[in-house]
Amino acid sequence: MIEAVGLTKRYGAKTAVHNLSFQVRPGTVTGFLGPNGSGKSTTMRMILGLDTPTSGHVTIGGHPFRKLPNAPRQVGALLDAKAVHGGRSARQHLLSLAQLSGIPASRVDEVLGLVGLQDVAKKRSKGFSLGMGQRLGIAAAMLGDPQVLLFDEPVNGLDPDGILWVRNLMKQLASEGRTVFVSSHLMSEMALTAEHLIVIGRGQLLADMNVKDFIAANSTGFARVRTPDTEPGLAEKLTSALSEAGGQVVPEPDGALRVTGLALPRISDLAHEADVRLWELSPHQASLEEAYMQLTQGAVDYRSAVPPQAVPGMMPGAVPGVVPGGVPGAVPGGMPPQGYAGDPYAGAYGPQGGAPGPYAGQPGPYGAQPQGAPVPGPYGAPPAPPQQPQAQPQPHAAPADPTQQHSEDAR
Amino acid sequence: MTSPDQPQQPQPPRQDEGTMMLNAVGPRAGGPQPGAQPQQAPAQQPQQAQPQQQPAYAPAPPQAQFSGGGYVSPIPVRPTHLGHALASEWTKIKSVRSTVWTLGVMIVLVLGVGTLTGFGISASGTDLRGASPLGFGMFGMLLGLMCVITLGVLCVSSEYGTGMIRTTLTACPSRARVLAAKAIVFFLLSFVVTAVTTTLVALIETGLLSGQGGATPSGSEWFKATVGVSLYVAMLGLLALAVGALLRHSAGAITIMIGLVLLPLVLALFMMAESLQDLREFLFEYSIPSQLGVMYSNAVAASGPSGWDPLWIVTGLTAVVLGGAFVALHHRDV
Repeated sequence: MIEAVGLTKRYGAKTAVHNLSFQVRPGTVTGFLGPNGSGKSTTMRMILGLDTPTSGHVTIGGHPFRKLPNAPRQVGALLDAKAVHGGRSARQHLLSLAQLSGIPASRVDEVLGLVGLQDVAKKRSKGFSLGMGQRLGIAAAMLGDPQVLLFDEPVNGLDPDGILWVRNLMKQLASEGRTVFVSSHLMSEMALTAEHLIVIGRGQLLADMNVKDFIAANSTGFARVRTPDTEPGLAEKLTSALSEAGGQVVPEPDGALRVTGLALPRISDLAHEADVRLWELSPHQASLEEAYMQLTQGAVDYRSAVPPQAVPGMMPGAVPGVVPGGVPGAVPGGMPPQGYAGDPYAGAYGPQGGAPGPYAGQPGPYGAQPQGAPVPGPYGAPPAPPQQPQAQPQPHAAPADPTQQHSEDAR
Repeated sequence: MTSPDQPQQPQPPRQDEGTMMLNAVGPRAGGPQPGAQPQQAPAQQPQQAQPQQQPAYAPAPPQAQFSGGGYVSPIPVRPTHLGHALASEWTKIKSVRSTVWTLGVMIVLVLGVGTLTGFGISASGTDLRGASPLGFGMFGMLLGLMCVITLGVLCVSSEYGTGMIRTTLTACPSRARVLAAKAIVFFLLSFVVTAVTTTLVALIETGLLSGQGGATPSGSEWFKATVGVSLYVAMLGLLALAVGALLRHSAGAITIMIGLVLLPLVLALFMMAESLQDLREFLFEYSIPSQLGVMYSNAVAASGPSGWDPLWIVTGLTAVVLGGAFVALHHRDV
């Protein structure tokens, strides 16, 4: 059991972690998620007594880490796979850690076998690949057969076989009644491994709930409806029929319609009444990744130049009318709100982008009209999304076409 | 170093909780989770389709006690002490190449330069005029000192450089214990190696230079030129270790230590001004090479350190810096 109460860490003017309170319970794998720089590693270091909190405290089994009589026997941790002296062999490295807590040398060979490094035990860890380094780090964490385990990005650099192994290991450790606290950026991996999630952004708690609730609270499933593209009028006809019935309809770049607020049979009935044929009517279940993206949009510190819509799994455009259950900082459409530079919490809480009360009344105003969207085109379609599954040429080619035609006309 | 007489001490409260919680958590031992929280399982979760891949790993036997915290290891948990840290640091210092390299080069330098000096003087047939032959070991030792300083710095700073320090302090949250163990292991190792080397050089020098008009060293002179010099060198290495712990940076700490050894002498050499005569004298007499010279000879100077003074001076300095390192390590974030 890990318990953090009001955990705060400041580095000079920058607040890395602010008033973080959570509990990690035994018997389940708890995922620890957050964008880069959100304070995950700082929190882990504070749990392990490496960094002293500016205020608040964190205990493991009721004791601060530095007060534990034999810490490695109660808490095992993998913080950084490269946190070893490269000149030392894997076995000597583990042996020195084992001796530090009175663990017999036979246990060293046991954990080397457990992580599959027995053949390279005598090799200096400098030559290890990232995956082997991760295995060595996991071996070090397992050395004391502890009841609490912390893993920071344990599957980094592992091959698919290794990822599967780590996943099963985490689950097995949790099923033995241990507390397993794992941070990761790999959402698909977290969805398979963790039962409970703690999500932080900009050093503050965004969510602390089990995976299923998390997905339900932070995203909405929708129906994808496609009308025959041979008859352009049908889409408009269906859109008005569905809107009248109370559904929210957003066209997707490839011509499909994204419908929320109406059940699938109802959509079918409405289409039938409106005399519109359908080529597709499919339910779309939100994934953990989408829910996570939805939640952490406002809390991302380091953003790549490619708009987030291009991220695989994140659908272009916002889910209209989605009210992310009172969760702060969720900006539909993934538009980076301006003016984050100042107060780090202004971004995580409160309305942004000058849209007053964006979640209050009107359902779904952004899907149709994303405010302050820097991307041309109404749905924020990225200029060249490489992973666009059903990419059609029109939206991308459109900006280029007029100029071409002009030049041709000029001649 | 584990005291065998110490009975195993699983923390009493945990054992109590264990018996209380036994029924509640017992059925979970081994076996696939019997739906402890079935509603929490994500929909996509493939229920452990893969066979368990940990044949070598034997989890707790089913009858193992479970505590309120969940799992309890079948291996008894004992409180740790300095002895564990000493064993760990000994494993660490002997399992890296930098130890072998620095101490190896030190031995080669001290023995090589000492022997060459001895041969050179005996070949030229110079009359020693009552000087002790032990003193000729100093030139090699002055060079060997750099190696000991480097090892002292690396002892701590290499852990910071590689990130190993976080692993170490996760395995042993008592930072004072880690630093104390490092200091003791390093000091003893460098003292023993230096003592053996200086003794060898002293034997070689006295053997080569007998009958050239030198004084026959007394027992106390032998003791000072071997054990005394080794203590002095090891103490300077310990000072380097403390500086390394304060700076956490190998190159910076080594540079500072080499500056400390050489700079006063170099400064003194270039202080020509008459008004700086006193300062020049002071720098010259208290510079590390001069102090090392005092440790090798029994000459009583009119001013400056004499006898065993250099050892006390460097011990005092090391105590202060090492104390600072303890305080810094305790309060700093790693």
